Amino acid sequence: MSITTPTKAPFGVGLMKGLGVTLKHLFKKPTTQMYPHERPDLAPRTRGVIALFDENCTVCMLCARECPDWCIYIDSHKEKLPAQKEGGRERTRNALDRFAIDFALCMYCGICVEVCPFDALFWSPEFEYAEYEIGGMLHEMDRLREWADTVPPPPALDDGADSPAEVADAIAAKEKELDAAQAKTDEAAQADAAEEPAPTAKAKPAAKTGTNVADVHVEGAGEQIDQAVYDEQIAAGKSERMARAKAKAAWVRAQKKAKLAEQAEAEADGGDGGDGGDEPAADAGASAEAPPKQALADVHVEGAGEIDQAVYDEQIAAGKSERMARAKAKAAWVRAQKQKQLDDQDGGDP
Amino acid sequence: MTASLPALWDAGVLEALVAQSASLLTLDNFWLSALLKILLCTVMLMVVSLVGGYLEHKAMGHMQNRTGPMEAGPHGVLQLVADGIKFIQKEDIVPRAADPLVFAVAPGVALVPALLGFLVIPLGPGIWAEDLELGLFYALAIGSVGVLGILMGGWASANKFSLIGGIRAAAQLIAYELPLILAAAAVAIQAGSLSLVDIVESQATMNIFGTPVSMWFVFPQLLGFAIFVTAALAELSRPPFDMPIADSELVFGYMTEYTGIKFAMFLLTEYGGMVFMSALISVLYLGGWQPLPGIGLPGCEAAAGISDCGALGTVLGVGIMMAKIMALIFVMVWLRVAYPRLREDQLQKISWLVLIPLSLANIVVVAIGKVAL
Repeated sequence: MSITTPTKAPFGVGLMKGLGVTLKHLFKKPTTQMYPHERPDLAPRTRGVIALFDENCTVCMLCARECPDWCIYIDSHKEKLPAQKEGGRERTRNALDRFAIDFALCMYCGICVEVCPFDALFWSPEFEYAEYEIGGMLHEMDRLREWADTVPPPPALDDGADSPAEVADAIAAKEKELDAAQAKTDEAAQADAAEEPAPTAKAKPAAKTGTNVADVHVEGAGEQIDQAVYDEQIAAGKSERMARAKAKAAWVRAQKKAKLAEQAEAEADGGDGGDGGDEPAADAGASAEAPPKQALADVHVEGAGEIDQAVYDEQIAAGKSERMARAKAKAAWVRAQKQKQLDDQDGGDP
Repeated sequence: MTASLPALWDAGVLEALVAQSASLLTLDNFWLSALLKILLCTVMLMVVSLVGGYLEHKAMGHMQNRTGPMEAGPHGVLQLVADGIKFIQKEDIVPRAADPLVFAVAPGVALVPALLGFLVIPLGPGIWAEDLELGLFYALAIGSVGVLGILMGGWASANKFSLIGGIRAAAQLIAYELPLILAAAAVAIQAGSLSLVDIVESQATMNIFGTPVSMWFVFPQLLGFAIFVTAALAELSRPPFDMPIADSELVFGYMTEYTGIKFAMFLLTEYGGMVFMSALISVLYLGGWQPLPGIGLPGCEAAAGISDCGALGTVLGVGIMMAKIMALIFVMVWLRVAYPRLREDQLQKISWLVLIPLSLANIVVVAIGKVAL
């Protein structure tokens, strides 16, 4: 067994290499940062100083108790809050009077920032708070609050991560608002369509039938609940929050169902009464071959919910949307039915 | 013996020792001439050394990815001036156990030889204080006196670190004086003179088989050049041969107990020594004030133009000499940055087992060449 030793370079090679390295660095840009003259290039989340967002502080004292250096000073007083409801009792809470960190003692472990359950303490990248006397390193609430404004925003969430609860709530509220506005404009458009039967107007009510319950917008979904469901849930031992959510969902469902029924009725009326108007341009060819329009318009067709499967498939194959295909297919079925009835009549008359 | 003494003081003997070639600084007015010569040596020690020190600060900084001094003056050019002012202001502390007289004299003993060494260095055509016939001998001898001051300082400090530093310096000097002198002797053999001015001149007018060839001595004596530079580094206690100071072992060696202006004098000795040794290397091996091998200065074409090249030639010659000195100081700094300090036994081995035999062989080769060619 032999021990392999690294091959020894000839004398002088290492010496030359050493000279080469130093010479290379002579022409490199120095890494020195001329700090007082120019700002140092620090990482964005540099742990320069501990900042206090005092609006979030509840005087829970966790930071002061966890601090290994005992460099956090907190004073507070109790204050009474009036009852929120009539007849309720007053609540007490702690109001922050003084929050100071002695940075002469602080060893920048960051435990206080970690332990704060209310997001009141942050690392700030500020670092220029040197003092000529050690007493000056004890910084009070106002200074700590100023530093809180220099805290960088939290890093972006990963793709596909859940939004934070606060943000999700805010988004939901805003969406509800927008939905309500949308529903209003939809209704207005529907009303307009009913008044003046434009060529496109026909497709609209037909399309509505294709929509499911989820697409229907309900106004006032934030406030009202289905009381029956609520009571039932409470009786079943569910939490107040859960019961409210279920009841609300039930109410929204009911509202949507009612709306759909309304729409179906309106459509049925339109299909009977207003169908005699203009045919869509796409159906012009079929109409020309058909018997006189006058006769066709008068024919009543029952069971208007059915569609012409062939036309539907054809439309889908042509890349049309499901809604459009369904509308055309239904129109085709209705036409075919009417034609059939007319034919029957013609056949019966002579 | 008694008979020879008057002969030594005889004017003729002195004439032979001094003034080979007349210096431009030698004027009719003795006092003015002396003042100019003193000024020359002082400027070399106080100004050129500081420039060399600044070069060291900057070059070393950049080699270590730093910028070096930046605040005192533009890009820190006045840093060493500021340091000097600071040193003067500092308290002069003498350890209680120290020998106060020796302790106080030591920096001067180290500094004065560094100053005197510049007496014989030719900086340009006609720009030298004295052209001694024994110029090379004088230069090497005066350079060795400095270590006495170091030894005195180390001994008088009454500090173990200082003492070990001083002893190391003495041991190092003894070890490296030999290769230094032997390498210089080879140059003297080839030049046929001990006068430094003659050595510069002989590098312009060398004869090989009767043909005049202009050749700097670095080319025929590359080995001698390497030996001389290595030994010079060790003489100056420059890294990687800085065992007498050895920060990590000896605090600061013989300078440990020194503060203020005395410390500054030791530092100045070091930088003055760098300039002196660089100048000596330039004169011995790199053709002195000649811009390139075979190319003389403008105005020096005349055979007798050693000391009279006209204003342009003189200024250019001094400039070229300074450039060579600074380039050599840069090389010293470069070596300092690149290499770690040697161990004491390695240091002694390199001298006694490598450099001295090589320098002896070098002398033999040069002597044979001198006779044969």
